[in-house]
Amino acid sequence: MKNVVYADNNATTKIAPEVFEAMKPFLTTQYGNPSSMHSFGGSVAKYIEEAREKVAGLIGASDSSEIVFTGCGTESDNTAIISTLNSYPGKKEIITTKVEHPAVLNLCMHLETTGYRVTYLEVDSEGLIDLEELEEAISDETVLISIMYANNETGVIFPVREAAEIAHSRGIIFHTDAVQAAGKLDFNLSRLPVDLLSLSAHKIHGPKGVGALYVKKGTRFSPFIVGGHQERSRRGGTENVASIVGFGAAAELEKKNRKIDSVKIKNLRDKLEDYILKNIPKTRLNGHRQKRLPNTSNISFENVEGESILLLLDEKNIAASSGSACTSGSLTPSHVLKSMGTPASFIQGSVRFSLSRYNNEEEIDYINKNISEIIQRLRDISPFS
Amino acid sequence: MWDYSERVKELFKNPRNVGEIENPDAVGDVGSIICGDALKLTLRVDKKTEVIKDAKFKTFGCASAIASSSALTEMIKGKTISEAAKITNKDIAQYLGGLPDEKMHCSIMGMEALEAAIANYRGAKPIKREAGKERVVCECFGVTDKKIIKAISQNQLRTVEGITNYTKAGGSCGKCRPEIEKILKEYWQKEATKNVPLEAGGKKLTNLERISLSQRIIENEIKPKLKADGGDIELVDIDRNKVYVKFLGTCLGCPSSGITLKGFVEAKLKELVDSQIQVYEVRR
Repeated sequence: MKNVVYADNNATTKIAPEVFEAMKPFLTTQYGNPSSMHSFGGSVAKYIEEAREKVAGLIGASDSSEIVFTGCGTESDNTAIISTLNSYPGKKEIITTKVEHPAVLNLCMHLETTGYRVTYLEVDSEGLIDLEELEEAISDETVLISIMYANNETGVIFPVREAAEIAHSRGIIFHTDAVQAAGKLDFNLSRLPVDLLSLSAHKIHGPKGVGALYVKKGTRFSPFIVGGHQERSRRGGTENVASIVGFGAAAELEKKNRKIDSVKIKNLRDKLEDYILKNIPKTRLNGHRQKRLPNTSNISFENVEGESILLLLDEKNIAASSGSACTSGSLTPSHVLKSMGTPASFIQGSVRFSLSRYNNEEEIDYINKNISEIIQRLRDISPFS
Repeated sequence: MWDYSERVKELFKNPRNVGEIENPDAVGDVGSIICGDALKLTLRVDKKTEVIKDAKFKTFGCASAIASSSALTEMIKGKTISEAAKITNKDIAQYLGGLPDEKMHCSIMGMEALEAAIANYRGAKPIKREAGKERVVCECFGVTDKKIIKAISQNQLRTVEGITNYTKAGGSCGKCRPEIEKILKEYWQKEATKNVPLEAGGKKLTNLERISLSQRIIENEIKPKLKADGGDIELVDIDRNKVYVKFLGTCLGCPSSGITLKGFVEAKLKELVDSQIQVYEVRR
């Protein structure tokens, strides 16, 4: 395979070379089980604790014991929600948004079939929620508010602090899915009053198959996966040692490089976006221009279809993503863009470019050169103009 | 990522006959942006011979929609209108070396554009539904019962999921899925009993008739029920009134397969084919 221009970093990221190096010993010689009594296994446990501290450090958790390692971001979200519901069995109402990741959205829809009531907050045309609507949705029955930190499709950043403060003023548990925000935004839990926060390693140049859930000290918790005493009995199952160590290494790198990286990434993103919006007619940006992750650009091209764009980009070895119906595996286009009221002629032709610190200016020029040609080619075939 | 055939990829990357014929003799315009795909087909037809001299398309949609459109234009060029009218979505899919199940609706769009163009050539106004004769089942994609039944019959569809793949019906809000299931059930019930009056009328079946009717009943009535429980059945042989079958899947070694054999398979064949039929299981 030729060198790929990878602009799909909200889907997953390249494992940083430093991360891979850190993982290696635990995939080869140091294969012991951290729960074992013998020192061969037991000595591995301290590396898990080191990783825990690094992940806590990335998000500014006051104590590393607030971090529970899980199998993925989806498991973190499911754990946060199910744990809270099980801890407060008397209350039956959940508030979330219409634009959550399926890990939250589909779980909430499922919970509706088991007797829970869910309010899905609307978003405006720029993808933002209305905090007044949140306040109005709260009742004495509300047990949990779950609002993502940043949207995976558009990169739009939600007012998590304000929403969490509203939740706490009414005695409600607050969870945020920060899978896309971690590493890209500077947030610190010492100043952010959330109870539960989900993370995933593979979005920050760590390995797949490991996530984490921050559980603020004092938050009621009931395990989602019940088994052995691992993770202080909060998550059963032998630890995925290599991946946990990799997660720690990735978190450390993100913390060290974020300031420089996010400026560089934002410059690249803006270069890409400005070029497209200026030079290709009938395009629009999806999501709030400022309140957005620095790496994400979701752009719609009117009257062309996303899958076709992606396949022609793929032919040029450019990897991106789309919210069109044809790419979603179902027949309906992106629930996020639909909720924002994006017109049908634009929604099917949406493309998400998401960058990372491994992208460079040459690649952006290459994308810009090719995307113009591709859109022109597809518009020539399209019956709409 | 879709597993497209080489032909689909080729016709997507280098589509043939893109464009619009000026002052065309026929136009077929189907789909919409909301549905996610649309195709405008224009034809140049020799009025004397009714041969399609030229065909061009413009398509909004995914790779398989563009490839299906291109394939269609290649297939109909040089054919007469009546020859072209015989082309089904299956032919288009075949020409493309197959399509992923979820993309079969793209081949249907091709067929519909062709139908619309032919109707337009023969003087009909572009796409008009016959009032009263068909009704919209799937509101999200505007799919009628007529279109669903046609897809079932042409492609031998047996599941709601299959119908969604071919027509999109039921693929959005899902409200119409029970209705689709009903149409599906009614269709196959009707099919299974279509030729039953032969025997019911007192006329004795010939061997050939008995064999083909038994085959159809097993295929349409018995198989789907067993499959629903993870089982399956295969017709091995028919010798006058003796029908030999083989159980597969979970039926194999199931303690109640004897009951299934006599109480269901034999009872069904007795009821619908010949009251003298005896069914035997072949274990090999």
